[in-house]
Amino acid sequence: MSFASTQFLAFFAALFLLYYAIPRRHQWKLLLAGSLFFYWFAGWWCLIYIGVTTVTTYLAGRKIAALAASQEEWLKAHRDELSKEERKARKAKDKSVRFRWMLGCLLVNFGILAVVKYANFVLGNVSALTVFFGGQPIPSLSLVLPMGISFYTFQAMGYLIDVYWGKCRAERNLGRFALFVTFFPQLIQGPISRFGELSRTLCGEHPWDSRQIAMGAERVLWGLAKKLIVADRLAIPLRALVSDPERYTGVYVLAVVFLYAVQLYADFTGGIDITIGAAQMLGVKVTENFQRPFFSKSAAEYWRRWHITMGTWFRDYLFYPMSVSRPILKLHQKCRNRFGRFGKHVGVHTCSIILWFVTGLWHGASWNFIVWGLLNGMVIIVSQELEPLYARFHARFPSLKGSRGWDLVQVARTFWLMGIIRVLDVYRDVPLTFRQLGTVFTALRPQTLWDGSFLELGIGAGDWLVAAAGAGAMLVCSLLGRREPVRVRLTRDHPQLAWGGCVLLALLTLVFGVYGIGFDATQFIYNQF
Amino acid sequence: MEELLDILRELHPDVDFENCGNLIDGKILDSIDIVTLVAEIGDAFDVEVPAEELTPENFNSAQALWAMIQRLDEA
Amino acid sequence: MRKKICAAALWCAVFAVGFGLLNALFIPKYMSEIPEGALIAEYYKEEAGHDVVFIGDCEVYENFSPDVLWREYGIPSYIRGSAQQLIWQSYYLMEETLKYETPKVMVFNVLSMKYGEPQSEAYNRLNLDGMRLSPQKLAAVRASMTEEESLLSYLFPLLRYHSRWNELGGEDVKYLFRRDMVSDSGYLMNVQVRPAEDVPQGRPLADYSFDPVCWDYLDKMADLCQEHGVQLVLVKAPSLYPYWYGQWEEQIEDYAARRGLEYLNFLELTQEAGLDFSADTYDNGLHLNLYGAEKLSRWFGAWLSEHCPVEDRRGQQPFEDIWSEKSAAYAARKARLEAEWNAREGA
Repeated sequence: MSFASTQFLAFFAALFLLYYAIPRRHQWKLLLAGSLFFYWFAGWWCLIYIGVTTVTTYLAGRKIAALAASQEEWLKAHRDELSKEERKARKAKDKSVRFRWMLGCLLVNFGILAVVKYANFVLGNVSALTVFFGGQPIPSLSLVLPMGISFYTFQAMGYLIDVYWGKCRAERNLGRFALFVTFFPQLIQGPISRFGELSRTLCGEHPWDSRQIAMGAERVLWGLAKKLIVADRLAIPLRALVSDPERYTGVYVLAVVFLYAVQLYADFTGGIDITIGAAQMLGVKVTENFQRPFFSKSAAEYWRRWHITMGTWFRDYLFYPMSVSRPILKLHQKCRNRFGRFGKHVGVHTCSIILWFVTGLWHGASWNFIVWGLLNGMVIIVSQELEPLYARFHARFPSLKGSRGWDLVQVARTFWLMGIIRVLDVYRDVPLTFRQLGTVFTALRPQTLWDGSFLELGIGAGDWLVAAAGAGAMLVCSLLGRREPVRVRLTRDHPQLAWGGCVLLALLTLVFGVYGIGFDATQFIYNQF
Repeated sequence: MEELLDILRELHPDVDFENCGNLIDGKILDSIDIVTLVAEIGDAFDVEVPAEELTPENFNSAQALWAMIQRLDEA
Repeated sequence: MRKKICAAALWCAVFAVGFGLLNALFIPKYMSEIPEGALIAEYYKEEAGHDVVFIGDCEVYENFSPDVLWREYGIPSYIRGSAQQLIWQSYYLMEETLKYETPKVMVFNVLSMKYGEPQSEAYNRLNLDGMRLSPQKLAAVRASMTEEESLLSYLFPLLRYHSRWNELGGEDVKYLFRRDMVSDSGYLMNVQVRPAEDVPQGRPLADYSFDPVCWDYLDKMADLCQEHGVQLVLVKAPSLYPYWYGQWEEQIEDYAARRGLEYLNFLELTQEAGLDFSADTYDNGLHLNLYGAEKLSRWFGAWLSEHCPVEDRRGQQPFEDIWSEKSAAYAARKARLEAEWNAREGA
């Protein structure tokens, strides 16, 4: 069920009404049933995958928590008999027992993810190698990716690691835990929630709250509008531009960079708006995933504001543990006094490279994403290492720093830099992407922009205008919503205006949305991840 | 404690670490700083800082950091 | 609290009105182009009942002239025809018609027996959008939808036609709440002349038997008419193309005999009716033009008067008044179209 479908709207409407009609203590059970139905709708076999992840994680979490409790009790009882060193050793041993349980569960679940998502990628590469050395090609497996597997696996594993670290309690009730893993609004494309945060509102009792429900509904509507009017409309010329790369070079490639930035933003944040809004309508608070990312002034900042929950997941569960691991600390010791400033960062940068390699791989099983990830990592590392240079630059031109104009330059630079790296998503393979980017310098042909060529990409002048108006409205709302979304302010201060705006937006979406016959209901881009 | 402040000052000479209580929330230390700090602390105080201790609460001030080091050493 | 609920209700009403207006604005009006799309809805403007109702595809609304049936035989009739009307659409139209009136005779053109599956979304729209909302309409939609269609878009045509936003024109505003008449009692007049030359023979088919679904609906039609005491007459219009196979003819003949129905294949009666395919067709034999339709209606009127329980209602009210108005409109349209055609031919 895509969010922008009548099926989803009907499903959600029915669930919503029922949710507030039944006794409140049963509300979470209805959510679980609805989530399982939502998942079943994508294919009953998907339930097996998510079921295995749910049950193994639940059991491992319970086991680790039980171990921790009994170990602590033992230590407490024998505290006086042991010396400090003995206590430390005992604790380390206890921890390693818990660690083994966690590791087993991680291996099972990341193993499943690896097989369904990456087996064919690995086979394809091995096959290419064997063919290169004169062997026979290896046939690929016919595996279908269960919906949202990257998202729910990460969410469940985050929970498990938190339990191991003692940061959150182990859920006792399998049903409640299953709801945490399968909660349907965030199943397709995140955000990747933390158990500690989501569980606070997920299974509670939710009385009817007109204000929250209205705010949630407004947000769903806004998300639908972004997706249907802007994202799905721009997807049409983008498809045309990307499917015939030989023809669309030069300034067209710049157009791909720009349009894909706008399209992906509208699509992804629109989807997240629907997720968070729908959850809000059910009284559940889901973490924000974006914080006006295109106003970032550096790559590092951009990644703190774009797809936030993914970034923090990788930071907390991969980057930090890796950075404080023994091999990296050893590396740090070796290099800290050898290569000057850079020497101190060798360990961290090594972790960054690994982090971005894995982040790329998580996005998709292809070299495009791996190169995409590594480039992001490199940009961040290089800007980190160039910091002294920036400092010198700003010492020379002190009036620049903090000025509006310079901010704008930084924002534009970050937007285009991230955009250029991002087109690795859309072109067929890595060499092609770089070839295309190269044509910006060798065959720009800027006159293409105004000679009418852009009207032959599948949408006419009117559609371009609508897309531009929609994107403009998004920009204005972003600019005005620095402290608080425009929506929220409007609803509080001018409720009648908010109502009028919603009615207008709904009608505009019905008219200008790209849906129905003649238009493909394009799935959210993040679905496959 | 003085040794810890030296390590911190080497990272960011321009910050008043003795009186600053929002090193993380104020975005003064980024994740690269944190990781560098952990490595340096490990060297200087001979403690292992496990990943689960890398939380904003532990890194927001020099005092909090010092408390964490003591706690880890204590066990 | 109460104020809030009132405000919410008010804004919902604003949305409903806006949505309704948009639906009316975006639905194609079929006034200057593709007038076939306006045919089905025109029936609801009829003021009095009819003794004969034709149901079927273009082979009925292009080939029979109710005006001739009235003027020469006093038979009030109507054609509920539409482009490539599928047999289940015909059935539900028949069912719907019987809610409004009970004619003496219903005439069904059997060409659509050849289609056992929904054919195209565009034709579905032409045939179904004009129907008033009713259980019959919903059933017809459900039976007709191609895979990509949704029932909802038939209830709210905006969902289907919203992408017309950049082709909306004066016509859409002018006909927001009303329509001009495009037909004369369901007959879509055409006075052009394009003689039939060589009509291609039908290619041999692998299988000549009609789809069981079609037989079901034909059965349902026969049952429905029987139930309502209406005489069902099956016809095959004299269109030379699409090709009507002998094997099909046999099946229909057998069926008519079995169910005791009258069946007229006009392809075999062209001589008797006096049809001349060098002058009486506007598109090389696919459809008759006005002159052909009038000849055919003249013959059929005589046949109806002889074989069916119809009476000559000339002089009866309200028929006389209604039909004299209709005849005037018919004559005016004929004169206008002929002038246009002659001007074109002359130029």
